[in-house]
Amino acid sequence: MNKFTTLSGIAAPLPLINIDTDMIIPKQFLKTIKRSGLGVNLFDEMRYDDDRNEIPDFVLNKPQYREAQILVAGDNFGCGSSREHAPWAIADFGITCVIAPSYADIFYNNCFKNGILPIALPQEQVDVLMKDAEKGANARIEIDLEAQTITSSDGEVFTFEVDSFKKHCLMNGLDDIGLTMEKAASIDSFEASASQTRPWV
Amino acid sequence: MSPKTLYDKIWDAHVAHEADDGTCLLYIDRHLVHEVTSPQAFEGLRMTGRTVRRPDQTIAVPDHNVPTTLDRANAATMTEDSRVQVAALDTNAKEFGLHYYPVSDVRQGIVHIVGPEQGWTLPGMTVVCGDSHTATHGAFGSLAHGIGTSEVEHVLATQTLIQKKSKNMKVEITGKLPLGVTAKDITMTVIGETGTAGGTGYVIEYCGEAIRDLSMEGRMTVCNMAIEGGARAGLIAPDEKTFEYCMGRPHAPKGAQWEAALAWWKTLYSDDDAHWDKVITIKAEDIAPAVTWGTSPEDVLPITANVPAASDFKGGKIEAAKRSIEYMGLTEGMPLTDIKIDTVFIGSCTNGRIEDLRAAAAILKGKKIKEGMRAMIVPGSGLVRAQAEEEGLADIFKEAGFEWRLAGCSMCLAMNPDQLAPGERCAATSNRNFEGRQGRGGRTHLVSPAMAAAAAITGHLTDVREMM
Repeated sequence: MNKFTTLSGIAAPLPLINIDTDMIIPKQFLKTIKRSGLGVNLFDEMRYDDDRNEIPDFVLNKPQYREAQILVAGDNFGCGSSREHAPWAIADFGITCVIAPSYADIFYNNCFKNGILPIALPQEQVDVLMKDAEKGANARIEIDLEAQTITSSDGEVFTFEVDSFKKHCLMNGLDDIGLTMEKAASIDSFEASASQTRPWV
Repeated sequence: MSPKTLYDKIWDAHVAHEADDGTCLLYIDRHLVHEVTSPQAFEGLRMTGRTVRRPDQTIAVPDHNVPTTLDRANAATMTEDSRVQVAALDTNAKEFGLHYYPVSDVRQGIVHIVGPEQGWTLPGMTVVCGDSHTATHGAFGSLAHGIGTSEVEHVLATQTLIQKKSKNMKVEITGKLPLGVTAKDITMTVIGETGTAGGTGYVIEYCGEAIRDLSMEGRMTVCNMAIEGGARAGLIAPDEKTFEYCMGRPHAPKGAQWEAALAWWKTLYSDDDAHWDKVITIKAEDIAPAVTWGTSPEDVLPITANVPAASDFKGGKIEAAKRSIEYMGLTEGMPLTDIKIDTVFIGSCTNGRIEDLRAAAAILKGKKIKEGMRAMIVPGSGLVRAQAEEEGLADIFKEAGFEWRLAGCSMCLAMNPDQLAPGERCAATSNRNFEGRQGRGGRTHLVSPAMAAAAAITGHLTDVREMM
């Protein structure tokens, strides 16, 4: 997994609440058996018309946001289906940080497995960064995961919370499975004891 | 010992390791797998030379892509990419030695219907699947939730999940449900109350007389949509109905093992003075047949209401409601019962069980669907289909003008040939009314099976109580 430490990038504003994973990556793109190549279909139904032409008004089609690395969005981002294709598509597009007031649980966890930092901030602070993002390509937002800070283009600094274990994994690009396998002895002993206490499982 | 909730008890029984910061390795009893969210996980195992730790606890069934038309044995009914995905599951199930129900097996169906039906899902277990509607299995008092593909790979390799504990929420439905009001109406009304993010960070336990009164099928419907309220999982404490449902199922324990299991299962309830982080109480008598008007499962109203005005809402919801009303092609203030329907879909992991089909048949018996209506009933598994045929329900559906399909996810998510065309409007018993969910430009109104049947007859959203 790619490491995430610091990021200075263009932020795309998407001021909608309840952006669901069907919107992020519609079902017809879930038929892949790979993880890569989904960036071109990120937000597909909002991004292209029926003839596959780009819809110019959609934020990621605007020239100033084509290279966006940060997405600023509304409440409950990533709700709905558990499809990890959603963070795969976001990362494949080049976005590695999402800022929103809140996230759906499964999507939030999925981000960390894919080198994406989802940051939850109070609505007022998201509003400030949304305005910042609306300024276009010259307004870069800076993220420092170690310090847990976001700096707006005007130099305003916000701090954010992140689980210490998730932070550690993201900063070092660690593979969860490898870490868990180091605890194989605990799993073995749990299994041995469960086979006595709940033998019917 | 301090009092515990049901969630606390199941959690405590499954912690294989706890780090100083509270991050736990939660041991997983049953891992359900389908074709859409698993191929990358199996590929990951191959690339790292890992294997499946407990193939004996891993159950695979194709459901999302599978056509539900009677000719599906003909490979041409599937698109190439769907075929590749189903074939990948077939290969992975065989190579890694999983329990497997292929498309040709009469037991095949939607993973969340097959699991309970075959006795894989039992009280007090941890159950995961790369699918958000895994919440369904909580109806048995098992801790069940959806996971992403990386976590699928993690569970395949280690039989554990890295988790921190959620908070406890109690949703109590007091009293008796009125006539015409079902489990679907309960679960939709709760989401209408909490919003789609109201459950975020929580595991919900549903309780109260109206929940106790539900059958296991109804309880699965309630828990299925816990995820639509944002909760990690929904739970219902097991009771005699649960035990009776489980007894004798192919993978349920037998003999002395059954007795031992039962003794433990009977301890699985929330203690009287357990701590709840949030409590919601709804009177069953206040619940009416529910319908969604917008493009979020929280856009719920009783069928007797009118389409709201965007200005009725606050904050970001004003813009969202405006967008929904436009997408849905509705007029603010119009009665919900004036909304014309051209498609009816009865099925899905929410409402594809035998009781759902019985409820639809009770309304459809001796009636015909509206002329021009496209209506389909898709049983949740091959065994549900067989039972419905045995009970004579299939004849009622066919005589009414419904298509009687084979088992699969079908039009719930349109990854298979069953889709809405742009502008088509569907009364659906599924769980999501998102933009494009049932097909690009398609419009979805979520309802109960009885309400869907009523709409099929009249051609518009209808208060099913008028037909009872």
